[in-house]
Amino acid sequence: MSARRRPWLLWVPLLGFILLATIFVIGLRKPDDPSITSKMIGETIPAFALPAATAGVQGLASADLTTGTPHLVNIFASWCVPCAGEAPQLEALARNGVPIVGIAIRDRPDDVAGFLTRYGNPYARIGSDTTSKVQIAIGSSGVPETFVVDGKGVIRLQKIGPIMPEDMADVQAALVAAR
Amino acid sequence: MARFLDWQAGGKGRPWILKRVQDDRLRGPVVIAAAALTLALAPPVLANSAMPTAPLAYTQLPDPAQEAKAKALMETLRCLVCQGQSIADSNADLAADMRSLVRQRIQSGETPEQVRAWLVKRYGSWVSYKPPLAADTLILWIAPLLLFALGGVLAVGSLKRRRR
Repeated sequence: MSARRRPWLLWVPLLGFILLATIFVIGLRKPDDPSITSKMIGETIPAFALPAATAGVQGLASADLTTGTPHLVNIFASWCVPCAGEAPQLEALARNGVPIVGIAIRDRPDDVAGFLTRYGNPYARIGSDTTSKVQIAIGSSGVPETFVVDGKGVIRLQKIGPIMPEDMADVQAALVAAR
Repeated sequence: MARFLDWQAGGKGRPWILKRVQDDRLRGPVVIAAAALTLALAPPVLANSAMPTAPLAYTQLPDPAQEAKAKALMETLRCLVCQGQSIADSNADLAADMRSLVRQRIQSGETPEQVRAWLVKRYGSWVSYKPPLAADTLILWIAPLLLFALGGVLAVGSLKRRRR
């Protein structure tokens, strides 16, 4: 009846379908980005104190990050393959005077030592986070991740995944901005 | 794993179990079983720690009431690695560490909503399966009401016509 009175109503379901189909097609074609960004950017790094990750290195506490100079905080692990891939970039940053501190996630002292022997040691300090508690506290969800922390201990940048040569400019710019 | 790869590459190390199986009909299943066993026993190749998990990852709290609260909360927290699973369901290392963290905080007297808020502050409301009522989730909350109202209007309209 209503179709006889208002014939345009017949087209409503089809239009609805086309609208939904368009939304789904656009959604499906979007590249999948599973990375979860930390919501702690702009916040002061939570207080923590981690023991040394292996013999011959110093442990890491949040107080070490409020010394007035910006730091790179590198979340890594010896069991993480991409972490080896970013080693040359970290090495280059350290050579150029960037203070880099490491947080080794769920790692054994011997394995950390082996990793440093194999891929070099750009770290001024390495804390051992065997239960991911500092990683979770700063909103990191994987390895490797790198945070730029300014001289007051405020988190300025989160880089998810390994620092590859093409990421160096961003990281360096964030370090300069964090001064 | 090395032995498995060697075998896959046709190396000389033919698995002992095949030397023992004389019946050809049994070889297929035995090969599959052996391969499955090798894979199951092989150490994970990528991105898995060899460390034992955090203390309370697989250990319940001594107080059943606290454990129940922690469990209920864990079922509504999203695993950050295997997205789509709750941390209660996931075997990922990070999920185990998050379970331990949840249990520790509940044990020290925090309420489940305080723990949830602590995690949401770090990972955003994405980490929680309980969406808050906010500007970007408004449609989620009001869409059922709107659809219900629309259904009501349509029903009233068609009933009126039928009566006439």
